[in-house]
Amino acid sequence: MSIELKNIVKRFGAFSALNNVDLTIADGELLALLGPSGSGKTTLLRIIAGLDWPDSGSVSFDGENALARGAGERQVGFVFQHYALFRHMTVFENVAFGLRVQPRAIRKDEASIRARVKELLDLVQLDWLADRYPSQLSGGQRQRIALARALATEPRILLLDEPFGALDAKVRKELRRWLRSLHEEIHVTSVFVTHDQEEALEVANRVVVMDKGRIEQIGKPGEVYDSPATAFVHGFIGESIVLPVDIQDGVIRLGGTPLNIAAECGAAGPSKLFVRRHDMQISPPGWGGLEGTVRRVRSFGPIQRADIALSDGQGETIIEIDAPRDRELRSGEVVGLQPRRYRIFADRT
Amino acid sequence: MSEAAFTIPLDRTDARTEPRWVRGLLIGLCGLFLTVFIVLPLTIVFAEALARGGQAYLAALTEPEALSAIKLTLTVAAISVGLNLVFGLIAAWAVAKFEFPGKTLLITLIDLPFSVSPVISGLVFVLLFGGQGFLGPWLQDNDIQLLFALPGIALATTFVTFPFVSRALIPLMQEQGTAEEEAALSLGASGLQTFFRVTLPNIKWGLLYGVLLCNARAMGEFGAVSVVSGHIRGETNTMPLLVEILYNEYQFVAAFAVASLLALLALITLVAKTILEGQLDEGRQAREH
Repeated sequence: MSIELKNIVKRFGAFSALNNVDLTIADGELLALLGPSGSGKTTLLRIIAGLDWPDSGSVSFDGENALARGAGERQVGFVFQHYALFRHMTVFENVAFGLRVQPRAIRKDEASIRARVKELLDLVQLDWLADRYPSQLSGGQRQRIALARALATEPRILLLDEPFGALDAKVRKELRRWLRSLHEEIHVTSVFVTHDQEEALEVANRVVVMDKGRIEQIGKPGEVYDSPATAFVHGFIGESIVLPVDIQDGVIRLGGTPLNIAAECGAAGPSKLFVRRHDMQISPPGWGGLEGTVRRVRSFGPIQRADIALSDGQGETIIEIDAPRDRELRSGEVVGLQPRRYRIFADRT
Repeated sequence: MSEAAFTIPLDRTDARTEPRWVRGLLIGLCGLFLTVFIVLPLTIVFAEALARGGQAYLAALTEPEALSAIKLTLTVAAISVGLNLVFGLIAAWAVAKFEFPGKTLLITLIDLPFSVSPVISGLVFVLLFGGQGFLGPWLQDNDIQLLFALPGIALATTFVTFPFVSRALIPLMQEQGTAEEEAALSLGASGLQTFFRVTLPNIKWGLLYGVLLCNARAMGEFGAVSVVSGHIRGETNTMPLLVEILYNEYQFVAAFAVASLLALLALITLVAKTILEGQLDEGRQAREH
């Protein structure tokens, strides 16, 4: 089912959680809402679910007004951040809950309910836990039971709030892969909220980057990483080196030193230069641009990570770069630094 | 230096520095205090009640006056516990699950009956409903007997025992939050289904705990009831009031026999309370995992 959000505004007292958010989610998509805490991503998810109502704007599912319907009538499966499993019910009864509370007219008989729960527990590969209570499960198991419970009534949309947030690193990786393959299997329109960029880039078909109640960029994982639309996105996704620069007549200067790289898009005035750590190339000193002194080098795997103190004329700025290990860097050495790929955004502050 | 150069001092087991005799003294004093002030009086109640043998004890309890007092006490307790169960649940729900202006004031008001002397609580009802009272004349005109009758006693008891249920539930419900209710709603449950299938099972031990304490206090209440009851023998005397009357009339066996029933109630309450606290702790631990 497709979801369309238009001009969503939501305030909590003086705090504005969502500012005119527009978003269209296609049928069968697996979409990530990515942003730091307080960016409004969870509020947006709860508005889609019917757990919160916007102050203004519209939400429609397949063109139908969803705001006229309550949470229970939207056919939405919601997986809560801390799972919110019913602690006094067994795993089986948790999963069966949605089927048992259906209106009598459409409620399935006991045998069909049992069969459906069994099917779902098989799907999440936890049929052997049917008689346990939530407190007896590990985090990863609770997560999957919460998912099975949300899927029981065959929702048309699946919403997940920080689905892997409370899990340790290894289980998290496993569940990520598992969620992806589950989505390929059942193909229900899914939206998940995360503050972890790696999670968003790896799992989702499309990523929505949010900050301060606004959408900063919508795109495929590769797009938001390779061509960030705003300074915020560049800084939030992937590690970046950020340098304050000044642009006049197409010349980029860092603290007075011209950098010998082209200023794209003709911006002028104080700006910020963003470079990925691995896009800063080591060149011989005196190439006519950035220079610095190597302070400390750590080598692991295929890269060496170096702290380099820039000679930028106004005190010392230390940046961290990732260089290949074809030439070992030594501390104390003076090197030239040439950004291979970079982006410049006007300094809004 | 050889390994045997250091030994562990025998009298040190942890960081505390009190000598053993200090600990012994403190524990002993505490035990002595409890024996003198609690165990001894309780034993005396039962000893006095049975001083003339089991026959006299049973006879004292089957006196029409005693039976009437027991019946009245049970009725009053049933009414006030029933009312406070409903009101306490509503109040706790409102405080724990909603944000609204005046919430702090409401919490303070819930506690009011605890901080007011029960005698004052009773007096308030006399001032309200008594012959010279605010609503008294209207009640008389309409032939409604509130004071010196069952309704007045039930009202005063309900007032005095109001905080128990809500006090037991508010922290529990605040701690549990609203996530499970939201989950139930999003799975299609109606408000009532959510309440009976999710909320109530989660708070049932806390609710029972509150009801238990509320009941114990309702049956044992003296001050407030004494003011509004009128002490009509065989009609408006509850068990605590009867104990006082019998005692003042030097009917010691009868007085202590009725008192022993109240003491028994206290003991049962204590055991049930301990069991319930165990259940509540278990629930809390389950939540933390």
